[in-house]
Amino acid sequence: MFQPEFELLNRDQIEQLQLERLQKTIQYAYENVRAYKEKLNSVKIKPQDIKSLDDIVKLPFTTKEDFRQNYPYGMFALNVKSLARIHASSGTTGKSTIVGYTKKDLDTWSNLVARLAACAGVCSDDIVHIAFGYGLFTGGFGLHYGLEKLGATVIPVSSGNTKRQIQLIMDLKPTVLVSTPSYALHIAESLKKEGVRQNDISLRIGLFGAEPWSDQMRKKLQQSLPIKAYDNYGLSEVMGPGVSAECIYQNGMHVFEDHFYAEIVDSKTLTPVKDGEYGELVITTLTKEALPVIRYRTKDITKLDKSKCACGRHMARISKPIGRSDDMIIIRGVNVFPTQIEEALFNIEGVMSAYQIVLEREKALDKATLLVEVNENIFFDEMKQQRLMLEKIKHELKTILGIELEVKLVEPYSLELSVGKAKRVIDKRNLYI
Amino acid sequence: MDYKITQISVFIENKKGRFYNVTKILKENNINIRALNLADTNDFGILRFCVDKPEAAYEALKKEHFIVKKNEILATLMEDRPGGLMDLLKIVNEADLNIEYVYTFVNAKDSHAVILFKFESIDEAYEKLKNKIHFLDQQYFMQN
Repeated sequence: MFQPEFELLNRDQIEQLQLERLQKTIQYAYENVRAYKEKLNSVKIKPQDIKSLDDIVKLPFTTKEDFRQNYPYGMFALNVKSLARIHASSGTTGKSTIVGYTKKDLDTWSNLVARLAACAGVCSDDIVHIAFGYGLFTGGFGLHYGLEKLGATVIPVSSGNTKRQIQLIMDLKPTVLVSTPSYALHIAESLKKEGVRQNDISLRIGLFGAEPWSDQMRKKLQQSLPIKAYDNYGLSEVMGPGVSAECIYQNGMHVFEDHFYAEIVDSKTLTPVKDGEYGELVITTLTKEALPVIRYRTKDITKLDKSKCACGRHMARISKPIGRSDDMIIIRGVNVFPTQIEEALFNIEGVMSAYQIVLEREKALDKATLLVEVNENIFFDEMKQQRLMLEKIKHELKTILGIELEVKLVEPYSLELSVGKAKRVIDKRNLYI
Repeated sequence: MDYKITQISVFIENKKGRFYNVTKILKENNINIRALNLADTNDFGILRFCVDKPEAAYEALKKEHFIVKKNEILATLMEDRPGGLMDLLKIVNEADLNIEYVYTFVNAKDSHAVILFKFESIDEAYEKLKNKIHFLDQQYFMQN
């Protein structure tokens, strides 16, 4: 355990600390972020009206839309010059969310990531291979500094170039792998293809995040690599990785409640659900300086378990998210909204027509195919022109989404409709079975 | 005399029965296929054909929600013997023309092959070739 003095607090102590920090956060946000002041004023709530944790339901929610409307710095409580670092949400569109950290925030973040890793049994003797991309995405740097703080030896491999990843795993003998679960499986399969035996692989722990994955996937990962595979959860709007993480009992992810207040609400009525019931996860930050976030709607559907865990922690656990309350899909770790695809198609003259995204897992990697109903404007008698049109569509999608999709033309009226409303996404990846 | 032959192109998804459906619609409308070519990509095919009643074929397929296009191509007769095609292509080559695609069928009745050309620019191709090649007109495809 990295910070047992906090991690071992009992429920009463946790809630006492949370209330103090919540009151401080609301006051701080009210005074320093105009958007919050306006929000609270609009519902006639003053910071001092928050007298108990239950009072939090009086506060308005924050959504991604708030970040968009206040882009880039409008949600910040401090001047940009006071920031030590800036990241952006994984959505690679021009509208991605800008987030920032003060020196103190970075320190907190590192502590939380160190906790995340220690939770899974990583210690200062470990050598960690980080295959997350380094850049605006919070995963790479977030894990990097946290693991350094833990005292581990960090290899910042970054993403891509599987051949080199394999080489480094064989040569440098890392004991911990940090990546997306799908990429880990890809690495496992590549190792197998190279004829590497399990006994010759030095890895013992996998810290996987940035995309939803199932227990089936865990089994598969643990069979194909000599590791125990751990999930963790976080989102850049709240901080990044380190919001919550699985302990060695692999039974839900502990929310580090001394820094985050988690609620589960019914995504339609937005009222709290009973303990243990599924609903949308809502998070309030309790210690952030640069970017305090009040009641952020994560859109992830999960449930909370506040019972004491066998690891000794009382900190509530969230289960693996079972879906989203909006239509966002995650493809190879990148957030994609069907509306963005619509936008891309709309940008090409004459293309706008019915479409559907089919998601599959191929060799452990996500494969996304966009089916577009053909019309006269995008059907050509010459193959050359036909190919150019397909390339144009692909390019436009890549520009807007940041990832490549396969594009297939299908006949008109061939896409499945569900109750009159177009079914935009067919997910065959079987993440939740 | 109109040298431009109307060709019908149909988008066909690689699914069982789609090609058959096209032929069925043509039959129901009493349309005779005179020449045909099916080019495929991984995901779909482009069915191109010349028929005796191109307008009727176009309308009938469109009515059945097929994605159909009309294009213009050139058609000529070629002697059905070794080197027949080569002689023809030599002329095209000397005229410095780029062929988009070609398809052909043999007319058993008069021991000639019919060859259909799609050029990048039909007018340019016609101008350059009209004195060297005799092009068939639409009439040729209308007789049975």
